[in-house]
Amino acid sequence: MKFSLLSLLGAASLALLAPAAHAGKTLDAIKARGQVVCGVSSGVAGFSAADSTGNWTGLDVDVCRAIAAATLGDPAKVKFVPLTSQQRFTALQSGEVDILSRNTTFTLTRDASLGLSFVGVTYYDGQGFMVPAKSKVKSAKQLKGATVCVQSGTTTEKNLTDFSRANGLNVKPVVFEKFEAANAAYFSGRCAAYTTDASGLASVRNKESKSPADHVILPELISKEPLGPLVRRGDDEWAAIARWVIYGLVEAEEYGITQASVDKLKAESKDPVVMRLLGTSEDTGKLLGLERDWLGNAVKAVGNYGEVFERNVGPKSPVALPRGLNNLWNHGGIVYAPPVR
Amino acid sequence: MTARWSWRSRRLRGWVYQGLAVAALGLLVALLLHNTLANLRARGIQSGFGFLLDPAGFDIGEALIRYESMDPYLRAFAVGGLNTLRVALAGIVLATLLGALLGIGRFARNALLRGACQVYVEAFRNIPLLLQLLTWYLLLTEWLPAADAALRLGDGLLISKNGLSLPWPIWPPDGGWPTGWSWPVVDGLSIQGGASLTPEFLALLLGLTLYTAAFIAEVVRAGIAAVPAGQVEAAASLGLPRGVTLRRVVLPQALRVIVPPLTSQYLNLTKNSSLAVAIGYPDVVSIANTSLNQTGRAVECIAMIMAVYLGLSLFTAAAMNAYNRRVAIRER
Repeated sequence: MKFSLLSLLGAASLALLAPAAHAGKTLDAIKARGQVVCGVSSGVAGFSAADSTGNWTGLDVDVCRAIAAATLGDPAKVKFVPLTSQQRFTALQSGEVDILSRNTTFTLTRDASLGLSFVGVTYYDGQGFMVPAKSKVKSAKQLKGATVCVQSGTTTEKNLTDFSRANGLNVKPVVFEKFEAANAAYFSGRCAAYTTDASGLASVRNKESKSPADHVILPELISKEPLGPLVRRGDDEWAAIARWVIYGLVEAEEYGITQASVDKLKAESKDPVVMRLLGTSEDTGKLLGLERDWLGNAVKAVGNYGEVFERNVGPKSPVALPRGLNNLWNHGGIVYAPPVR
Repeated sequence: MTARWSWRSRRLRGWVYQGLAVAALGLLVALLLHNTLANLRARGIQSGFGFLLDPAGFDIGEALIRYESMDPYLRAFAVGGLNTLRVALAGIVLATLLGALLGIGRFARNALLRGACQVYVEAFRNIPLLLQLLTWYLLLTEWLPAADAALRLGDGLLISKNGLSLPWPIWPPDGGWPTGWSWPVVDGLSIQGGASLTPEFLALLLGLTLYTAAFIAEVVRAGIAAVPAGQVEAAASLGLPRGVTLRRVVLPQALRVIVPPLTSQYLNLTKNSSLAVAIGYPDVVSIANTSLNQTGRAVECIAMIMAVYLGLSLFTAAAMNAYNRRVAIRER
């Protein structure tokens, strides 16, 4: 029998832990361990995927590397733990991972009832549908009575049901535990359509299908899916670090600090904002319990938010997603970071 | 005899030890439960079974009872439990039939038949069930034609990637006898009307049946081998034909040996049906996984799964034990 073994282990570890034990300083534990433990997905191209040598890449992965660079000064000091969507919350709750950076949608239920907190949004997404081009379907509203492949343990199932009810479609979901199984079932033709976040559809179409042109992503987005990392509740200092590393990467893009220019700017820039961001004037690191050059280290490790986006999911990457909503607020998008000061 | 309290009495001492053991076990369980709840509270994780009455909000692909997404989680669990029960019952019946034939086949006079049965048993029980399930599912979904090009197997029977569609009587909503038949027809992308067995159900049923039948065949073979050869020889000397000997002499005596291990195989089949999540069949584990993710109640959802399997297993064991008492040797 194989239920979510990790959930069971997590539940068991909750049962065995002493109740009075304080959540503890996550940062102290990380420094003592010399490693950030980061929960990621088991393989969504562009967000988190391991190559044949076990090297992890992707937008979610880079968030963890940036945090490792900011806290430990070395982006390589991360241990990635691949988690299925059922395992992810339990793994974070039970302390198995320090941060969950695994294309997880920010919702009220998750933020308020799991003992976890979202620390920001790293990708603004929406749920869409993909159909085979030969089916001639042009709109999601034509999917009357169709079977739709979907991965379990996501917000996707509920959105699909809501959309189906609202439009009287009566679609039949076929729910798979694993992303890979859902992909395989869709490409075998078991389902008339495949639904997940639009970024996921693009990733699947470009990486898994034999000929991407045979599959069409329908124009409708049926939900808002702001994806972001989470941490455990009860350690506000750690939550602040994770939150400000993300904001910092966005600020770095806004003020033109790139992976290539960060060292030069640190040495020469007289721009007060840049000096503050890189710690050459004020010491914002002290306030977070980090080194003075925390943000410089993070940008040097993975680049600013724009560079992270372009490298992993941008138009020139294999996933080829447009920047769209995820552009900076002053470039037509909605990515807006509170000031780092 | 009046039992007087004394440490010298072995019986009373035994009672005290057992009482202490039960108390220690109870204390341990209470401690774990208390600790879990305290930990969940300390971490701000909400717990409790109250969520079962909230609307589930997700659809289920196949349901034996009427189910809509606005029904409570409890009903969704009932749908999942019934789906598990459905595949388990069908699997038990089919695996028993196939297993019995294979087991008897191991004693066939025809060497080819005997060999074929042995090859079957060794092949199917030595390949992990999950692989078999994935293979059957892949074969069904890859090779069957799309819904709009469904294969006709006689009147009203359609087979396609939507599964096996068959006509189904239309039951009036207010009870009474069926008023007619609903026929499956191809409508655009899908097949409407009638009833259908989905590829997920068929793959799971096929996988569980073929796998468990191999074990049941061995159980049946052991049972038959346990009947003394003298019984068969005696039947032959009375002039009973082989078929009658098998039905009236060998099998009734073999059943005594067969039934207890057969019960274990039925339990295994039921529990193995939890592998359904791998191929998208909405069994109780699949529903619990979804509920777990919507609500975050990991401990509660895992407890629900355990309760369902424990309930099914205890029921199966009780039924089989009752049957075993009927076929067991009666000492007169």
